[in-house]
Amino acid sequence: MAAEPMAARPSDGVSHGRRVITAWLVVSAIATPLVVVLVGPLLPPGNASTQASQQVIDNTVITGIVTPVVCLIFVFFVYALLNFRAPKGGALVDGPPLRNHAGIQIAWMVITSVTVLFLAGFGTYELLQNGAGGGQGPSPVAVPGGKKIAVQVIAQQWEFTYRYPGFGGFESHELVLPEDTYVVLHVTSLDVVHSFWAYELGVKADANPRVDNVAFVRTKAPGMFQVRCAELCGLWHGYMYNNGHVVSADQFHAWVKSQQALYKPIAKYLPGFRREYLPAPVRRGG
Amino acid sequence: MAAARRLIGFNLLTAIVLGIGGWYAGWFGAHAITGPSLDWFSAADYNEVSVFMAYIGGVIGFLAGLGFLNYPFARLRGYPPSLREKETGGWSRYFSLCTDHKVVGIQYLWGIGLFFFIGGLNAMLIRTELLRPAHQVFPAGTYLTIVGMHGTMMMGMMSSGILGPFANYFVPILIGARRMAFPRIEALTFWLLMAAGGILTTTIFFGGFPTGWTGYPPLESQANAGMDCYILFFALVGISMTLLGLNMIATILTMRAPGLTWTRLPIFVWGVISTASLMVLAAPVLIATLGMAAFDRAINTTFFVAGGGGSNYLYQNLFWVFGHPEVYILALPGFAIVLELLPVFSRKPLWGYRLAVAGLLGVTLLSWMVWQHHLFVSGINGDLRPFYMLSTELISIPTGFTFICGMMTIWRGQIRFTVPMLFCLAWFFNFLLGGLSGVFLSDVPSDVTTHGSFFSMAHFHYTIMGGLIFTFFAAVYYWVPKMTGWQLNERLGKIHFWTMFVFFNSTFAPLFALGFMGMPRRVVTYDPSFQFLNDWVSVSAFLLGISMLVFLFNLVWSLAFKKVPAEANPWGSRSIEFQLPSPVPVHNFDRIPVFTDDPYGYGEGPAPQWVVPAGAPAGRE
Ligand SMILES: [Cu+2]
Repeated sequence: MAAEPMAARPSDGVSHGRRVITAWLVVSAIATPLVVVLVGPLLPPGNASTQASQQVIDNTVITGIVTPVVCLIFVFFVYALLNFRAPKGGALVDGPPLRNHAGIQIAWMVITSVTVLFLAGFGTYELLQNGAGGGQGPSPVAVPGGKKIAVQVIAQQWEFTYRYPGFGGFESHELVLPEDTYVVLHVTSLDVVHSFWAYELGVKADANPRVDNVAFVRTKAPGMFQVRCAELCGLWHGYMYNNGHVVSADQFHAWVKSQQALYKPIAKYLPGFRREYLPAPVRRGG
Repeated sequence: MAAARRLIGFNLLTAIVLGIGGWYAGWFGAHAITGPSLDWFSAADYNEVSVFMAYIGGVIGFLAGLGFLNYPFARLRGYPPSLREKETGGWSRYFSLCTDHKVVGIQYLWGIGLFFFIGGLNAMLIRTELLRPAHQVFPAGTYLTIVGMHGTMMMGMMSSGILGPFANYFVPILIGARRMAFPRIEALTFWLLMAAGGILTTTIFFGGFPTGWTGYPPLESQANAGMDCYILFFALVGISMTLLGLNMIATILTMRAPGLTWTRLPIFVWGVISTASLMVLAAPVLIATLGMAAFDRAINTTFFVAGGGGSNYLYQNLFWVFGHPEVYILALPGFAIVLELLPVFSRKPLWGYRLAVAGLLGVTLLSWMVWQHHLFVSGINGDLRPFYMLSTELISIPTGFTFICGMMTIWRGQIRFTVPMLFCLAWFFNFLLGGLSGVFLSDVPSDVTTHGSFFSMAHFHYTIMGGLIFTFFAAVYYWVPKMTGWQLNERLGKIHFWTMFVFFNSTFAPLFALGFMGMPRRVVTYDPSFQFLNDWVSVSAFLLGISMLVFLFNLVWSLAFKKVPAEANPWGSRSIEFQLPSPVPVHNFDRIPVFTDDPYGYGEGPAPQWVVPAGAPAGRE
């Protein structure tokens, strides 16, 4: 179909490119600090642990970087769709045959590459400090220094059991941690794959049978946190949640004493503490 | 009477009858062999060997009923090669083995559409259950089956969502050929997919499956026999995808018309090459993985059993080696459709053609190096996480090429807001949010919170539904008039677009917030404080469902009742398929065209005459 050659538009003398870039810079300069200041504090998972605060920083940095990108695309499209629409009705008119522009291509590649490399570098730096609360497998690479207490998280369909090897190896169905303490979580499973997610603490680590998945978390002030299973584990996956508590050192030791007393009669029946346990035999049921 | 006689012979009806017969033959045959003596083989209430054999028998019967065995047998008996199946005319060829690529394209459109609607219906059921925080409508097992069916059906079927209907139909035309390289294999890919869809649907008779679309063992090993349907479904989809990809690559490499150099290839064809190469290399990994899973279930091997010499990590690794290229199998055709359509509706050449190709190929290459970002908190290769974080974030560079090429194409153009164009423009919005939310998931510290939450669910719905399904509809509105010869109603199309765009965003945007607030995926109950947002999402999802009904109504109304003949070139496109009559005649071209330019020369003078007009001496292959 032969179309009309390009027609002059009233706005053709204008430097559209300069307008869009100016508008973008202005909008980004306003929007980015606003978003960082207003949205930043709302970003998850909060400040209940060092790792959680660290994730908030990561989320804030990423939000701060994506805001100008969103602004660019929005400004561009609003401008383009308002200014470059074909007149209604009438014959088809072709636009200018622009096929390429080396400068734009190079600028675009440089900007995206620098942004991406910065993000990857920043994420790696944050990750390597202490693992950022994620499960690192049996031989963790990002190990924070200092004294830590160990807690083993044993997942099974459909509950978590917590074992305290440093306190005689008693077990509890409730996760209680002392405040201002570094905790090493050893996450494992007795049956299928689960994922231990302590939302407010910023901890997530998959529970695999015969695997000791290690995550580090440093608690802050006393408070409650939620524990959920974040990997589909069968019929009652949706019911696999519980509350945990961060308590003061005194309360923690009192709790440990009470639990040790409670579990004393059955302690001798518990299997010895291991990094991993033989999975239960495969059984059918959803 | 003539119509009744058509029911006899090799067609869908025969296929279903033989498929059911083959199913029972496999079931009883396997029972006769394994049943009494090998009961200890499976710890199941079902004999898994029989379940697998039954479905394999069923698939063989189904394909035999369609006539897929006739040609190999004829060749064995010494008959010469032929493409006779192509000659069958009339409506009945849509229900039988047909080697006309245009018929296969239309078969794909309706076949995949059917299962897309079943998958969508499952989504409606999920949102019904989630209207209240407490467990209410479905039993927990049924709910998980619905979740799994939704994910598996959508992933499996929509992998071929654009290559199936549109590449099969248009790639031969766009490259100036009369057929695909392997027309019988082309038909096989479609019918395998239909057999697979049927098998997945029957999972409900075997207790469903609890694993979602990922099928992680050990949960997979402990599941009901319904799990076998999942395994067979995905394995058949894998075979179909491998063959589809192979066929596309062979066709594009060998059957381009004279003058169609690599830099004149329409960008859609480049998208098809990228997608097809991912299909060819990724889907076999899936097939092998599911084969091992099937052995684990049926004959107690221990590929994925911790403590038996295997590891469930092995499954996760293999599954995502397939699974990450798979998500680009879903996304890349969308990129290509957007870049193909923008020049037509901006009336400007595609800007930065080579950059756009580099973007598609760059994504294809990088998508092989990122799979463990699905496993950041799994404890697998903890020390490799910085690498996977880097490789994942690098993907935004070639993805950005698609953005800049698309944006510069509409820049200073003559934009027409037709229905296909609206869907393409929506892609930018959706994929922007989908891609940028992916940055949070690619960053390990952020991923610790967002992994496995509604945030990641929102992310991939933005990229897959917002990326693939929107461009799928762009392609439908752009090409279906060409395929069927009937116009689609534009007003209904615009209503469909706007309702879909608004309710899609109102369904999935709140899920980002829910994920940030700590709601895990695939749960049947949730914290009561999440109820308002969940209800909002559910209501939006129902309205999104209604928007799909508007589309369905448009399709039926326009194609079956209104029947306004489509012009040959309703969009003023310079692409070759629009120089042909609507619908495209059986042999596509009277004579093989000679290409002198790419199809994007808007504003560069009159369109070249590639196609020899009808009436010129017809050339037959
Ligand atoms: Cu669980």
